Amino acid sequence: MWNWLKHHFLSPKTFYANTTPLLPWMTLAFALCFGYGLIDGLFIAPADYQQGDGFRIIYVHVPSALTAMAIYLTMAIAALITLVWRVKIAAICMSCSARIGAWFTFLALVTGSIWGKPMWGTWWIWDARLTSVLILFFLYLGFIALESVIVDQHNRDRATAVIAIVGVINLPIIHYSVLWWNTLHQGPTISQFAKPAIAPAMLHPLIAMIAAFMLFYGLILLLRMRNQILLRERKSQWVQEVFV
Amino acid sequence: MFNIIFYEIRTTLRQAHSWLTPLLFFVMVITLFPLAIGPNESLLEKIAPGILWVAALLAILLSIGNLFRHDADEGYLDVMLLSPYPLTWLVLCKVMSHWLTHCLPLILISPILGFLLHLPAHEQYALFVSLLLGTPVLTLLGAIGAALVVGIRGHGLLLPILIMPLYIPVLIVGTATTQQSMAGCFAILGALLLFSLAFAPFLTGIALRIGVNQ
Repeated sequence: MWNWLKHHFLSPKTFYANTTPLLPWMTLAFALCFGYGLIDGLFIAPADYQQGDGFRIIYVHVPSALTAMAIYLTMAIAALITLVWRVKIAAICMSCSARIGAWFTFLALVTGSIWGKPMWGTWWIWDARLTSVLILFFLYLGFIALESVIVDQHNRDRATAVIAIVGVINLPIIHYSVLWWNTLHQGPTISQFAKPAIAPAMLHPLIAMIAAFMLFYGLILLLRMRNQILLRERKSQWVQEVFV
Repeated sequence: MFNIIFYEIRTTLRQAHSWLTPLLFFVMVITLFPLAIGPNESLLEKIAPGILWVAALLAILLSIGNLFRHDADEGYLDVMLLSPYPLTWLVLCKVMSHWLTHCLPLILISPILGFLLHLPAHEQYALFVSLLLGTPVLTLLGAIGAALVVGIRGHGLLLPILIMPLYIPVLIVGTATTQQSMAGCFAILGALLLFSLAFAPFLTGIALRIGVNQ
């Protein structure tokens, strides 16, 4: 059963074939979520009573920060699968996620900094959450640095998988940093269990934007993975047929 | 197990340069700060724990790269990988002997350096304990990185880039113990130590098997 799954369903060839029809639907879903979130968030949602229109950067900042963490989690899970079950697709998913994750983390840091200047009066502060997101950024960069040094494909996948797994310890630190320490960064806006601390009119575009960012990640990841698959399997028969 | 540790310590102690270099580095880095910042007593007292921690961290970063390097060069690493003993234990022995020879001297000399930086006695004590708890964590985490890059020729600055993000949380907790003298920080540091003791040697073993192939 497992071997069948690994060699047929999770083989690069099947993966490539199965994801082809997914792409237009994902693009459509992303465009809908992004369009609605952007228009509703920037023009229709009411202004915050304290922060005025300045709060609207939340519609970029929160989704990018959440996506940055979600990407690292994806990488760590893929890394575990790479090390334990040696699934090729998982290794490809891990290595393709790293650069996207690094960019989302960078975006979260920059938008947070832009938001922080008018609200806190400073571009940067050494607060727990900011520092831990910065560490996340360094983790991504370290991963990419290691990846770019090792020549052998198989070793590269396994070595980077180890470092991805070790770094995952930082995720709970980021997530709970605003709860554990009393810091300048405000508490979480959305919580799974409690009633959200945000008005529904502001919440709906935020959820749409989060969905849009995740879909964007999924879309870019799929495109990159398909490229990577073609590159890695370029000597096999089926790839030759794709291009004929 | 103790045989391996004693063997490792004996061979390290015979090469004075391998364990004296980090110690000298540690002392010299700390000397730089009063010279660069100026001999302001209250300022030095305030930043002393941070300086000592950062200097210890850098000294560990410098020395950890050699943890498996010589073994790999001389083929002892292959013997380790092929031996019937569990690799996790062998790695733990190596890390422990490395800590005893490379980190313990730094910790023992840190009160003197703290005294030179006008650190008060109670903070001195907190710093000593936090280094005692924190440097094994740094060594254990560093071993993972050292194992990953053992097969890469001329990796240079790659190892610090890889493991420094992992060191930052330890550094934050470690320096917090001296700045606020909070018992909670010691508990967190101890928890980090136990956690890394449990997982790091195992991961280092995996990383070694990958690293040697390169």
